[in-house]
Amino acid sequence: MSASAEIQLIAVIVSVSCALPGVFLVMRKMSMMSDSITHTILLGIVIAFFVTHDLRSPILIVGAALMGVITVWLTEILVKSRLVSEDSAIGIVFPLLFSIAIILITRYAGTVHLDTDSVLLGELAFAPFERMIVRGVDIGAKAIYTSGVLLLINLILLIVFYKECKIATFDPMLAAVLGFSPTLIHYGLMSVVSLTAVGAFEAVGSVLVVAFMIGPPVTAYLLTDNLSLMLLFSAGFAALSGVLGYQLATFLDVSIAGSMALTTGLLFAIVFVFAPHRGLISALLRKRKQRREFAGYTLLTHIWHHEGKPEEREENAVATIGKHLRWDEKKLRRTLTPLKANGKVAVVDGVIKITSKGREDYRQFVEQLLS
Amino acid sequence: MEKLFAIFTDYTFQTVALGSALLGLISGVLGSFAVLRRQSLLGDGVSHAALPGVVMAFLLTGIKNTEILLLGALLTGLLATFFIMGIVRHSRIKFDSALALVMSVFFGLGLVLLTYSQKLPNANQAGLNRFIYGQASTLLQRDIVLMGVCGFVLLLFVVLFWKEFKLFSFDPEFAASLGFSTGKLNVLPSFLIVLAIIIGLQTVGVVLMSAMLIAPAVAARQWSHRLWLMVCLAAIFGALSGVIGTLLSSSYAGLPTGPVIVVCVTLIAALSLLVAPRRGILHRIYLRRKTRAYIESEGGGVS
Repeated sequence: MSASAEIQLIAVIVSVSCALPGVFLVMRKMSMMSDSITHTILLGIVIAFFVTHDLRSPILIVGAALMGVITVWLTEILVKSRLVSEDSAIGIVFPLLFSIAIILITRYAGTVHLDTDSVLLGELAFAPFERMIVRGVDIGAKAIYTSGVLLLINLILLIVFYKECKIATFDPMLAAVLGFSPTLIHYGLMSVVSLTAVGAFEAVGSVLVVAFMIGPPVTAYLLTDNLSLMLLFSAGFAALSGVLGYQLATFLDVSIAGSMALTTGLLFAIVFVFAPHRGLISALLRKRKQRREFAGYTLLTHIWHHEGKPEEREENAVATIGKHLRWDEKKLRRTLTPLKANGKVAVVDGVIKITSKGREDYRQFVEQLLS
Repeated sequence: MEKLFAIFTDYTFQTVALGSALLGLISGVLGSFAVLRRQSLLGDGVSHAALPGVVMAFLLTGIKNTEILLLGALLTGLLATFFIMGIVRHSRIKFDSALALVMSVFFGLGLVLLTYSQKLPNANQAGLNRFIYGQASTLLQRDIVLMGVCGFVLLLFVVLFWKEFKLFSFDPEFAASLGFSTGKLNVLPSFLIVLAIIIGLQTVGVVLMSAMLIAPAVAARQWSHRLWLMVCLAAIFGALSGVIGTLLSSSYAGLPTGPVIVVCVTLIAALSLLVAPRRGILHRIYLRRKTRAYIESEGGGVS
């Protein structure tokens, strides 16, 4: 496999394995917890390194994942004391742990080959240099296998505990009644998030893990109400931004992880603007349609109210009705034209008259309002 | 003692300590409003979003001048805030998800621009990434002047709009019913908070700025129920940890200033949570004991 194909494969695997737990983070309103965890795993790595003195030891991953869970636990202690709101609790805990990590690294910089740049920013372009060699045969980049294992773990856990996660996310009370501990599922999910963050940060850096965890699920959330579909769409968007991000990065010769995050943002922007039903355009169109419909009924009400009365010629005339409704020329024309075209009103001798069709339509509207 | 005196009279120490104290003061005051308005994490988001602004300002002007770079940071910081508010307003996505998305995407854009700028032939771009981690020790006297001027303007705004800020932090609906322009007054505090974050970037960096905003305010909140007292205390706590942090990091080798300041300010917050009168955790335990003793003395209690 060529280096560029390998990098794209790693990018896709990493971003899909981030997006899957991310769906639950978004649905549980815990998106910012991912930001917190991705920073504090640095402390876990540093402490585990002081214990093992080996940068390749798997203990580092265990330490990092453990630190992620500790972060969640500390934050929850603060929230449960009811002295601090949830967002403030997150904002106090992770900078503290991160600061301690940076102090440790700076103080023992001479002995540790660990720089904050590689943790915070990551570099995917170097991934193909580390090979996986089995019995002397090169079977691909090492990162393909490490991230592949990560994706496999996430997929298996998701399939096995799908029902439990779903209930605990949307109705924790029901979950508790049915005998699934929501707390257990909560910490289980947080362990998965920490583990995924550890597995992903080598490739993409800790800040951008947040983009891959939150970006695709939020994008999918604009398209569907179904959890399984949302998971599927998230995985799709994640894979797409992995490939497109890599292409953009090679085209501009810039950071791969950065341009992957940027692509995630662009995909979101496109969906945010153009999504059916929940997109910006369709929301604005819907609002405009409702505004016009309402203006139409306002006009009908006014005409109905004054028809057959002595002041009709003044109140309901095309030339003067605008003054009484306090509408300008443009709004009156915009409202009147479709009403005339649909045959709901007719203009007789300069006065607007309501037709039998308009009468029927208006009656239905009022009934619907009162029902 | 003499060593301590030598540190205090050192010119570099004076500059850095003054800068950190100013930053602590400003972020303490504005952080109080951020915490009360439940927008604590906005600081985290905005400080990440400042990165593309810094790099873009450099790419466009080619000058590595603090004022220009910070202006770029301010623009993208505000743009990110605008995006976050817009996403929350026009879709069903919640504030926290919008924040996480926008900040990480902006940071990604910043990285793209940073790696792009590193390819440019002139080598002038080195040091742009000090905005990621912050480097208090590189503070110059003119940076302090800039911080002082911005800080003065910010504090002036807070004093002028004190009544409105107070009203909006606690009861925005009531404020709207009194006829205050909700749109403008909702944006103003956010704008001031963004400005305060940008000022702090080069001292403590992107990641740690959110602690400077939140921790002094959380600490101060425990000691008082009055807003003016809370804001004053937050300013004092912030400034104090700025000075202590600088002192510690200049007395021991290999202690980076920004993180040490953050550890100091968090310790103050933790201490306040523990020992504050009436609200503190220790006081609560004492109250519980007292009540139990009272109930038992009356012949009740759980055996």
